[in-house]
Amino acid sequence: MAITFKSVSYTYQPNTPFEFHALNEISTKIEDGSFTALIGHTGSGKSTFLQHLNALLKPTSGTVLIEDATITHETSNKNLKPLRKKVGIVFQFPEKQLFADTVKKDIAFGPENFGSTPEEAGKLAKKMIELVGLPVSLLDRSPFELSGGQMRRVAIAGVLAMQPNVLVLDEPTAGLDPSGRQEIMHLFTSLQQSQHFTIVLVTHQMEDVANYANHVIVMEHGKIVKEGRPREVFADVEWLHDKQLDVPASTEFAFEMVKRGFHFDKLPLTEQELADDIAAMFKRRRRSNE
Amino acid sequence: MNKLLFGRYIPQDSFVHHMDPRAKLVLSFLYVIVIFFANNWWIYLLMTVVALLSIWASKINFKLFVDGILPLIWIIAFTMLIQVFFGTGGHLYWQWGIFSVTSLGILNAAYIFVRFTLIILISTLLTLSTSPIQISDAIESLLKPLEKVHFPVYEVALMLSIALRFVPTLMDETESIMNAQRARGVDFGTGNIVQRIKKIIPILIPLFVSAFNRAEDLATAMEARGYQGGAGRTKYRLLKWGIRDTIATLIYLLMTVVVFALRFF
Ligand SMILES: Nc1ncnc2c1ncn2[C@@H]1O[C@H](COP(=O)(O)OP(=O)(O)OP(=O)(O)O)[C@@H](O)[C@H]1O
Ligand SMILES: [Mg+2]
Repeated sequence: MAITFKSVSYTYQPNTPFEFHALNEISTKIEDGSFTALIGHTGSGKSTFLQHLNALLKPTSGTVLIEDATITHETSNKNLKPLRKKVGIVFQFPEKQLFADTVKKDIAFGPENFGSTPEEAGKLAKKMIELVGLPVSLLDRSPFELSGGQMRRVAIAGVLAMQPNVLVLDEPTAGLDPSGRQEIMHLFTSLQQSQHFTIVLVTHQMEDVANYANHVIVMEHGKIVKEGRPREVFADVEWLHDKQLDVPASTEFAFEMVKRGFHFDKLPLTEQELADDIAAMFKRRRRSNE
Repeated sequence: MNKLLFGRYIPQDSFVHHMDPRAKLVLSFLYVIVIFFANNWWIYLLMTVVALLSIWASKINFKLFVDGILPLIWIIAFTMLIQVFFGTGGHLYWQWGIFSVTSLGILNAAYIFVRFTLIILISTLLTLSTSPIQISDAIESLLKPLEKVHFPVYEVALMLSIALRFVPTLMDETESIMNAQRARGVDFGTGNIVQRIKKIIPILIPLFVSAFNRAEDLATAMEARGYQGGAGRTKYRLLKWGIRDTIATLIYLLMTVVVFALRFF
């Protein structure tokens, strides 16, 4: 399911002293089946952008095309439900949205709102909790007795249970331990590949961008300042540093080596690429020494 | 929710903003009390002038004050209607059962309108020009004499300032929780009354959980930094009475004297 932005601007609290232009003339397209990463300094408008993907916010000017639905500032709040079913959003710190007395009811909440029977929703809850890597025995526990990481997974399961076509993730791994982070990211990519999900991910983890994304959007002050494949975006390390953004550790490493006179045809993005490049470098050197 | 003006402090560099919050609090109270003694148009005219002068001295856009009145317009209209239809005395224009429209009823309704508007203007001026923290400092300072009768002034002031501090935070939190539930298919504002009440649960519970967590974190953080409560604590923000406060007080006292003169003599 593709989502297109046509010169979208969004202003918080217009016509008050607190007016804030959070998005400025954004135009871009999220392709069907793509894995888009959204990066940018804190306050650059990423979360505001995300909320346009399922019409939680409507553009102050411009249009958002969600599949075949057109959203402008005049769109009425009715009839948005089908759209919200198709685009699932996992918000920043989603564990804050948990409310039910059991994990099962919480996960089933979304599907029931979208018209599943309680039995169907219950089955979905069981399936999803396994999918996010939690034991089924947790289903009857209160979500408030779980650890932070478990709560996060339950919240993610609650969004997955809606069976959306587009999965929008606002820093889903912030505050998780490294192995938990990897597990969750693996879950998302395998979903993308097996079920043809479209994924939009906001993250400050450039390794995740390099490893999983095929489309990167860089935002600054409510504008898109760069857009392209990860390799294109991470090619200009200094420019990114200038925007107070990181590059993947491997790219940074290679960049430091370049500064010391080594040569890379193109900067590596992942540890694997870095290792291969360095190995190749040594091989070449050995050959030229012989 | 964002339209709500309560607790909306608008920083400015103005006469009113630089006043001692105690002076502003006391003078606002004085104004509201005095207005209940108003019984003729001269008094209302004088008090309107004072209100407008105070607003002018705050350099805050007048439109914001209008925005403050608009949400209350129905309450004002309702009170006026009651006066118009139930008021008695003066020339009788129309009567039907217990309803009657009289000249005095209409006059009283007009008075009520002006009175309401002026009270809203002055209290809006107080909250727009004084940050919540200044208001609670002022209340603490004004309540100080009650310490003699063992009233926990300091604790009450602390509670007040923490509560005020967290109003905007909790409002933001409500908004973000509502968005999260909307994204899970909740349609706020549709359905019958039972359904609507049910939809509040997914907002209220997370909100309570987070408020309790916040309170606990705050308590831990305060304790970790050696917080001990009232006795012996010095203040970072000191309240100082200045020339502006004296001027404002004189103006308001003059107004009070003139109002009483107009009313009783
Ligand atoms: N309700 C609101 N009212 C006014 N301004 C807001 C509101 N919500 C966000 N903003 C402002 O809009 C800007 C963009 O916010 P947004 O949440 O989209 O940033 P972000 O890129 O997601 O940042 P982060 O990485 O910290 O999550 C910020 O400067 C913020 O202060
Ligand atoms: Mg954000």
